[in-house]
Amino acid sequence: MAQKAKLDSYASEAAPARSDSGAPSGWANATPSGPFATEKQKPGTPGLDTFAKLLLHHARLRPDRPAIREKDLGIWQTWTWRQALEHVRALAGGLAALGLERGDKLAVIGDNRPHLYWSMVAAQSLGAVAVPVYQDATAAEMEFVLDHAEVRFAVAEDQEQVDKLCAVKPRLPKLEQVFYSDPRGLRSYREPWLHSLSQLEQDGRSHDAAHPQSFLSEVAAGRGSDPAGFFYTSGTTGQPKGVVLSFDNLILTAQAAVEFDRLTERDEALAYLPMAWVGDNSFSVAQAYCAGFCVCCPESGATVMQDLREIGPTYFFAPPRIWENILTNVMVRMEDAGAVKRLMFRHFVAHARRVGTRILEGAPVGWLDRLRYGLGATAVYGPLKNALGLSRIRVAYTAGEAIGPDTFLFYRGLGINIKQLYGSTEGAVFVAMQPDGEVYPDTVGKPVGTVELAVTEAGEVTFRSPGVFLEYHRNPQATQETKTPEGWIRTGDAGYLDARGHLKIVDRAKDVGRLKDGTLFAPKYLENKLKFFPYIKEAVAFGHGRDHAAVFVNIDIGAVGNWAERRGLAYTSYTELAGKSEVYDLLRAKVEEVNRDLARDPVLAGSQIARFLILPKELDADDGELTRTRKVRRRLIGEKYAALVEALYSGCAECESVLQVRFEDGRTGSVRARVRVAEAATFPAAKGSGAPLTAPRKAG
Amino acid sequence: MSAEPGERGSDGVLLEVSNLRLAFGGIQALFDVSFDIRRGEIRAIIGPNGAGKTSMLNCINGFYKPQQGTITYKGRAVHQMRSHDAAKNGIARTFQNIALFRSMTALDNIMTGRLLKMRANLLWDALYLGPARREELAHRAFAERIIDFLEIQAVRKIPVGRLPYGLQKRVELGRALAAEPELLLLDEPMGGMNVEEKQDMSRFILDVNQEFGTTIALIEHDMGVVMDISDRVVVLDYGRKIADGTPDQVRTDPAVVEAYLGVDHGPAPAEEKPCISSTPS
Repeated sequence: MAQKAKLDSYASEAAPARSDSGAPSGWANATPSGPFATEKQKPGTPGLDTFAKLLLHHARLRPDRPAIREKDLGIWQTWTWRQALEHVRALAGGLAALGLERGDKLAVIGDNRPHLYWSMVAAQSLGAVAVPVYQDATAAEMEFVLDHAEVRFAVAEDQEQVDKLCAVKPRLPKLEQVFYSDPRGLRSYREPWLHSLSQLEQDGRSHDAAHPQSFLSEVAAGRGSDPAGFFYTSGTTGQPKGVVLSFDNLILTAQAAVEFDRLTERDEALAYLPMAWVGDNSFSVAQAYCAGFCVCCPESGATVMQDLREIGPTYFFAPPRIWENILTNVMVRMEDAGAVKRLMFRHFVAHARRVGTRILEGAPVGWLDRLRYGLGATAVYGPLKNALGLSRIRVAYTAGEAIGPDTFLFYRGLGINIKQLYGSTEGAVFVAMQPDGEVYPDTVGKPVGTVELAVTEAGEVTFRSPGVFLEYHRNPQATQETKTPEGWIRTGDAGYLDARGHLKIVDRAKDVGRLKDGTLFAPKYLENKLKFFPYIKEAVAFGHGRDHAAVFVNIDIGAVGNWAERRGLAYTSYTELAGKSEVYDLLRAKVEEVNRDLARDPVLAGSQIARFLILPKELDADDGELTRTRKVRRRLIGEKYAALVEALYSGCAECESVLQVRFEDGRTGSVRARVRVAEAATFPAAKGSGAPLTAPRKAG
Repeated sequence: MSAEPGERGSDGVLLEVSNLRLAFGGIQALFDVSFDIRRGEIRAIIGPNGAGKTSMLNCINGFYKPQQGTITYKGRAVHQMRSHDAAKNGIARTFQNIALFRSMTALDNIMTGRLLKMRANLLWDALYLGPARREELAHRAFAERIIDFLEIQAVRKIPVGRLPYGLQKRVELGRALAAEPELLLLDEPMGGMNVEEKQDMSRFILDVNQEFGTTIALIEHDMGVVMDISDRVVVLDYGRKIADGTPDQVRTDPAVVEAYLGVDHGPAPAEEKPCISSTPS
């Protein structure tokens, strides 16, 4: 009862918030004492060194500010920090009642949902480790992770995930119980180890009522150096590795990045990237818990773009692919717009490319140009940003892969403060970020906070930071290969620090190769240049040890399909469209444009693309051709399509191929197609040409 | 996952058709067809093209008037059910050639399924005050539950005419569900779909049956689907019932095999691989 009295005295100070759980009011607002933080304290310092402590901190400091939102049944539901704490505390109670111990592992599988985030924090509050799993993993992939991480409890979003767990459960002796949050379709399941998450929460409330001190004492026992989560890397080769990150790793780096961009409780972010990816944990949990801002969970994977528009986040992260998709959509839709709109769009976007970035950075710009830009903002930029849900963006980031300079400058031209960052799972994301006012399309920025950067003699980028991971779970050999005894991480990326102190990444260190004549061949550089074109979805470059560079291309069915429709070209499938000679002509022009650009670069002029072909099948993560984060697996593709690679170098104009495809239900089939190989013109290297390699092209 | 055949249908007959006869002029569509649908089961009606399957559904929900026979629904026998009575009494259906309002959004189409449940009068509706407002909100919440159930959140505000075929079918199912039916009649819910869409739709049908306890009668051509999800199957051919029973009984029935393949198998081993595993689609 002493506890209760304390709670009431606190509740009278704060504005009363309605509890959404039917629990006694003020039930979760224990006033922290002893090991907990004071108001002025910074996240990452001893009283605020775990997510549970930060949660208690926010529930006390800003109980009625929104902590997390989810669109459910068509309406945005909001939970305040106080309510979030109630849920976490209830879930922790339920897990404690089941005997979850320090060091146990709890897996979380599903789309971004408040209950799943809370489950992770609840487990962490008891000293257990959260293991988020990719929601689109197959049952076998899931089995590997759950087995390797020695998971004891799992929280699954819905029937789809539960079905996968049902299939692998017999082979996972350590997995004791599974909880589901969406009961739909699970009514007839009789598995004794399967329970609903709401039941767990309910049990937790009674457990908590019976042991009112246990939650706080468990939280107080947590240390920043404890492992917080395992993040399995998608792994381009071999089995995924479980990166063990501590609370310190996640919180200290997140806090450095929060300070870097001055994020506050007023910011708002959209949580839509896979929870299993360390980046989501960093943006949607660590940074949100450091700055106290609100995170919004979309209704479903298919509604992200609409939800983005409704929320209008101020802080937004998207990999280059998404920025490019948005731009492709805009361009395609503009081509269908009326002539006046199209003309206005072209005119003002070209103007934005010229002066928009300088205006965004506060550089001097003539008054006439400013006036025109203002006109453009009213007529085009404003409405466009609003339609995309980007009008409130204060800070946006892209990372993971190089972004096309034209895409990048397009957004900056519109006045969207998109910047690049460089991160790694082993370093709890943030390694280098671009400071405001120092944003260049070809670098990934300066080291953040206390990060130290160094480039080895071989050209590999290495770093040391508070985010450096503890180890790879049960894989000391890999840990040793990646982390030096002094705590430096080998990133595997080739790059250098330029004169401005910015880090520039060229390619993966192991992917950089040489043509037969010794010319530098950076496959990703070529692929990225091609992928900037809206018509090209994916490209795979070959050339190491060969006479010349050559590429496979995947067309973007949306953009090319639209282009074909407007020309009255009939097609029934991707394969048929990909084989059309008109489409080849379209792409040849784009490849030659890239070659013209390469010719201006004295180092890379020799690696112009001489031949290319359009793959008759879209590259797919289900076939292992892309990683789950959708990076091309160049070597695997080279082996799988060896016949086509030979065709690129044999000089023949056409080649028969049989392709293996895997359907989403796991069955396999094959597609037979004749694939044409096309030549592209190359250009003589321009000597001493001062034109910059990344000169922006005109829109469209 | 699906329950044992017959298990769900144990609590009695919901609808019984006896000696139904339907003719259009000189053309006999249905001859003396009798069968029943038990509460809580998934009942499939199959048969070759022109067998009278859709006519059967049209009789059940009162769109066609049979010349003879009775339909007993929830213990009440009628010679002929009127369409609006059928709807009021909890029978909803979807159509072979999607019958949605093409220029209305998915959400609005589903809302039309709630019409019979709306009570407020025109004046209140026009003012959008008091009970009308409360009612509208309740109906919208119900429609949203269906949208969530069928996973069509992303197309909620898109006119259905612009949706792909598979999604239109799903919206139509949503509209039928909006009426909270006791008996749901589905006319080729998977017609024209690809394998993946069929799997999704099968899952939705099973989920509807299990979550809401809705009795379902469906016409379907894909035998794989029929055998997987239905509890009992009735087979029609040229307007006559030629078989009735569990999927296993029906698939080995010589009359069914003959109706589908149009040849007499004679002494061919009846226990061999079922001949109707692959289907015209």
